[in-house]
Amino acid sequence: MPAKTANCPNCGAPVEFLWSAAVQTTCPYCKSIIVRRDVNWQKVGEIADLPLDASPIQIGAEGVYRQKAFVVVGRIIYEYERGGWNEWHLAFNDGTSGWLSDAQLDFAISFQHAPPSPLPPAGNLQPMQTFAWFNQQYSVTTITVANYAGVQGELPFEYWDKSKVTFADLKSPDAHFATIDYSESTPLLFVGESIEYDALQLKNVRLFEKW
Amino acid sequence: MPTGESKADVRLDGPGGPSGAVALTRALNCPNCGASLTMRAAGHSLSIVCDSCHSVLDAKDENYQVLSQFESKMRFQPLVPLGSRGRMAGQIWEVIGAQVRTIEVDGVAYSWSEHLLFNPYQGFRYLTHYQGHWNFVRTVQALPLGSSHMGKPAVILQGETYTHFQTAQAQTTFVVGEFPWEVHSGDVAEVRDYIAPPHMLSSEATTAEAGAEEITWSLSTYMAASEIEQAFKIPRLPPPAGIFADQPNPYAARAKGIWGSFGLLLLALLVAAIGSIALSSNKEIFSHDYSFRRGAGEPSFVTEPFELTGRTSNVELNLDTDIYNNWAYFNFALIDQDNNKAYDFGREVSYYTDSDGSEGSKSDTATIPSVPPGRYYLRVEPETPDAAYDLHYHLRLRRDVPNLTFFLLAFFALLIPPIIVQWRSAAFEGHRWMESDYSGRGAASVFSSSGDDD
Repeated sequence: MPAKTANCPNCGAPVEFLWSAAVQTTCPYCKSIIVRRDVNWQKVGEIADLPLDASPIQIGAEGVYRQKAFVVVGRIIYEYERGGWNEWHLAFNDGTSGWLSDAQLDFAISFQHAPPSPLPPAGNLQPMQTFAWFNQQYSVTTITVANYAGVQGELPFEYWDKSKVTFADLKSPDAHFATIDYSESTPLLFVGESIEYDALQLKNVRLFEKW
Repeated sequence: MPTGESKADVRLDGPGGPSGAVALTRALNCPNCGASLTMRAAGHSLSIVCDSCHSVLDAKDENYQVLSQFESKMRFQPLVPLGSRGRMAGQIWEVIGAQVRTIEVDGVAYSWSEHLLFNPYQGFRYLTHYQGHWNFVRTVQALPLGSSHMGKPAVILQGETYTHFQTAQAQTTFVVGEFPWEVHSGDVAEVRDYIAPPHMLSSEATTAEAGAEEITWSLSTYMAASEIEQAFKIPRLPPPAGIFADQPNPYAARAKGIWGSFGLLLLALLVAAIGSIALSSNKEIFSHDYSFRRGAGEPSFVTEPFELTGRTSNVELNLDTDIYNNWAYFNFALIDQDNNKAYDFGREVSYYTDSDGSEGSKSDTATIPSVPPGRYYLRVEPETPDAAYDLHYHLRLRRDVPNLTFFLLAFFALLIPPIIVQWRSAAFEGHRWMESDYSGRGAASVFSSSGDDD
């Protein structure tokens, strides 16, 4: 992966890119959120203090999914009434990108897909409503209204001015997993599967004292 | 386990240790009673419950604000203490919280405990305990499919069918330690247990604040108390009492093995029986008609000598008479002509008939085992009660007759162990299901009628 750097438009510090297609990142020195505008980078905000978080995943962690190596390049943090979770942005070595969600150490990998059928608006979605997508039967298990709690690192889209976001989680009988993300005017579909920590063969993860 | 250089982002999460490792433990004092507490999964825990005053503290708040007071009528010490670490299912787990949950069946309260296990990489598991029975529990991300099995509701997960065992309202009646969810006094969940020993698949339905029902599935694996003693280095945990829902049936596995051995032994027995038939010469050596009338001379007589050939083997005598509403007794002796060795035996035949039916038999058979080859003759002495009775009979001798009595007895003897184990296995299952909604008592019908639709 070609190492790329840009200078932070706010403090001038060099900002390194792990993924060449990033359209947003954060400056690790001055905490500015910067986004790509044509060829220039522009400051659009500042990251607030991130909530206390004990995920073993961190930016720079490397792993393998379906024989493809990935590196963790960014994340979005959400909070809701029952806690919080991280959506880690993964850059794969073939240039594609995906997401590793860590909800209280329950891990799932997903990729954005064009919906095979139009997605219903959030207000019309019912628990246990089913969808037949990609030869799987998905049932809506939870509908969550979460607070956007922060971003860090490189993302494939601009994502920094959110507040409340509605998500619908769907599960299938063989542990496939889907999320409908209502953060944009057109809902987005992410499809994947839940996965064991060990199956990701992660390296360069966080270390915990006495563990 | 993690390898390589740590790039822990210490700026975001507070100071790391000398190696850049992040501390998950926090020492704190209960803001209500001042007791010193240890938090073991900082960053994950939402609530921590003081074990002195049962205040529920906000684990995410830097001042550990008191959220509520847990009302508990019981005192409880988890059998595996908070902070214990043990290896289960190939990973190290630390006990960070424990709760007691109680269900009521027919007015009787049953309580079990749940230890919350934590590993900062692998996540959360539960270790449940009820009267010496232990289960290692993890949440299930797949969505089980509704089904039915032998007339009971069932669910299918990854090809395995789990049969409905019990549905109950479980109330949280005691908590201590920390949890990755908000603890509320008296939380109630509807728990449905489905079993496929040594596993149990359970759904827990809780009503979220928004009013939507949330269902969590978890899979339990039965563990022996000795495994827990070993994993957590705890001496002498209480022995199991009764039979637990997903406890493996020890006789079921044994029955399988024993029926297997039975099959093999039966095959051997059949081969032996067929061999015995094939090797028997079953040769007729003597066949003759006689008649007898009491008082008409000396009753006893001897036959012409005959040759018994081959190996030392049995001799079978068939006696056929025309006795009718009378009886007759025969003294027999098979005598070796060379050394006068005699095989003495007697046979009685009697046959009576009237309008009510008949009893007795006109014929009989005697088998003399182990007769060496040689020249023999038979001495016969008939006896009847009436002098006026004319008895006609036929004698037939056969040499080396196949005898299947032994094989029949052996067959029944072989059947005894598998039948005993099978019976014990069935008794074990009966005992198990006594504790279910299908015991034929109390709450059963309520749930069996409503269980099909999920």
